[in-house]
Amino acid sequence: MHMADALLAPAVAAAMYAASGTAAGVSVYQLKKDDEPQKLPTMAVSAALVFAGQMINYTIPGTGSSGHMCGGMLLSALLGPQAGFLSMIVILSIQSLFFADGGLMALGANIWNMAFYGCFVGYYLIWRPIAGGSLFRNLAPKAAQRARIVLASVLGCVLTLQLGAFSVVLETSLSGVTDLPFGAFCALMQPIHLAIGLIEGLITSAVLLFVYASRPELLRDVDPAGQAEAKRSLKATLAILAVVVLVVGGGLSLLASSNPDGLEWALFGNAGAGYSENMGLDEESYGLSSAAADRAGAIQEKTAFLPDYSLAGSENPAGTSVSGLVGSALVAGVAVLICLAGGFFRKGKPHKP
Amino acid sequence: MNKMQRALRELTEMDDLAAQDSVMHRLHPTAKLLSTILYIAAVLSFGKYQLSGLAVFLLWPVLLFQLSGIPVHICFYKLRFVLPLVMAVGLFNPFFDTAPLLYLGPVPVSGGVVSMLTLMLKGLLCLMASFLLMATTGIDRLCASLRRLHVPGLLVTLLLLTYRYVGVMTEELAVMTEAYQLRAPGQKGIARAAWGSFLGQLLLRSMDRAQELYSSMLLRGYHEHFHYAPVPAFSGKDALYLLLCAAVFLLLRLVPLAQWLGGLVVR
Repeated sequence: MHMADALLAPAVAAAMYAASGTAAGVSVYQLKKDDEPQKLPTMAVSAALVFAGQMINYTIPGTGSSGHMCGGMLLSALLGPQAGFLSMIVILSIQSLFFADGGLMALGANIWNMAFYGCFVGYYLIWRPIAGGSLFRNLAPKAAQRARIVLASVLGCVLTLQLGAFSVVLETSLSGVTDLPFGAFCALMQPIHLAIGLIEGLITSAVLLFVYASRPELLRDVDPAGQAEAKRSLKATLAILAVVVLVVGGGLSLLASSNPDGLEWALFGNAGAGYSENMGLDEESYGLSSAAADRAGAIQEKTAFLPDYSLAGSENPAGTSVSGLVGSALVAGVAVLICLAGGFFRKGKPHKP
Repeated sequence: MNKMQRALRELTEMDDLAAQDSVMHRLHPTAKLLSTILYIAAVLSFGKYQLSGLAVFLLWPVLLFQLSGIPVHICFYKLRFVLPLVMAVGLFNPFFDTAPLLYLGPVPVSGGVVSMLTLMLKGLLCLMASFLLMATTGIDRLCASLRRLHVPGLLVTLLLLTYRYVGVMTEELAVMTEAYQLRAPGQKGIARAAWGSFLGQLLLRSMDRAQELYSSMLLRGYHEHFHYAPVPAFSGKDALYLLLCAAVFLLLRLVPLAQWLGGLVVR
């Protein structure tokens, strides 16, 4: 995901430098306030370890390929978000300066895409609520903690990689260097990084589980004994997850492309937007426009109070965003209903120990 | 040779290049850093069809390669990191942008082909510029220069320390990987059963090593102040170089030199 200089316009590069620089400034300030000089060598050694560790190939069972681990999540679980962020900056700088892996001007963007999401978003929204929370309470304490570590690592890697990949698409499109439509570029990047995120998450969780088994006190927000009451309740965790859903749903749908999606585009073309006919298939002969489809459309017209992801009669992006938020709320509502229904049906049955 | 040994060789290669002596090596690191940033900014500011304006910028790295006596092939080896994402983005342009932009005799060249070539040339030019900076400066002098530019001391010291330990850790992991591969012949990568323990073992030892490192730093008188490489003062020569660079880049950016040159030949 390391971006080369060529993919960025100077304005975008400068904006990303400013954003990453601000995050770095805040991190330096907070670390200075904490005043733990012994942390410096720990950060340096961990950063060097992650740098080298990312070159290890892990065999993915059942496939011929291999994966790598996710540096941001590992470092923030070990060192905390601020120290982890600075360590990631240093890793990315060395990769850029000595291996040309990521450009010098693109460093700000790369720090944002990989270090900021991996450390701050990954730590505050995923690692701390989940690994330090009290999910899986029905399991034995140690097993529950292990399950929380695996969940946090996998979820964290998937989310941060998705955000990172989306930022790459956004930054490249804003720089105007590619003719690839935004939607198609997204369709190219996001699924690949979903798979990578899952694998990286599993590898990272394996390393963190090993650390938990041998030296649990090294991990942030993890109860070493696995016995004491967790600091954060399930309710708080769910509340934080709800916020994540709202932010992601609201933020992403604001940017949701009105272009046809990649597959649709590839099959039927979009001559109106200046693209060629592509495979030149006719929509009508492929069932997209038939009597049944028309009737289904008419039914949908009646049920959808938010037609085409936008409040009726409004064409502005805010309408899109409102419907994204409402959609998230609806999904959350359905989830709550399912939970309530489960509780209702279980009631009366004797509780199995 | 595995991936880590190759990385180690690349690191020592860069250190060796930076230890050489030439006109470029003797320039002040701050002048080189700022001129490199100006160069990359000028290159990136070209529009996606301005291939001819960009082509002139190739002259600058070529001149610097000559002045510093650094072999070009080491730089090209690093293209393997630069190209993949640039390719992924650029290779689609000819398919989406099919309107002919210019005619080479009877052959029409589409806008997509021009923008793809522009993107690749940008990638190459920026790579050469940052490679030349590191190959003639080295991490020690670069860090000293960053500190003078008021980059926080914590970050600069961390960069220096990490750079030193990247060598140690990579070497250790190279040995571990080699030992693992010798015991698991024909296996590609680390098996799932050892996913956690392979790096985890080293991670635990490294945490102890970090504590020892801190103790040894304290014993040598470390007190929140790190001594960076000695860098001579910013002389008039360095200022002249920086001004010259800025003027030339601005001129090349504003004046379509390639078109003028072409106009002399083609009517």
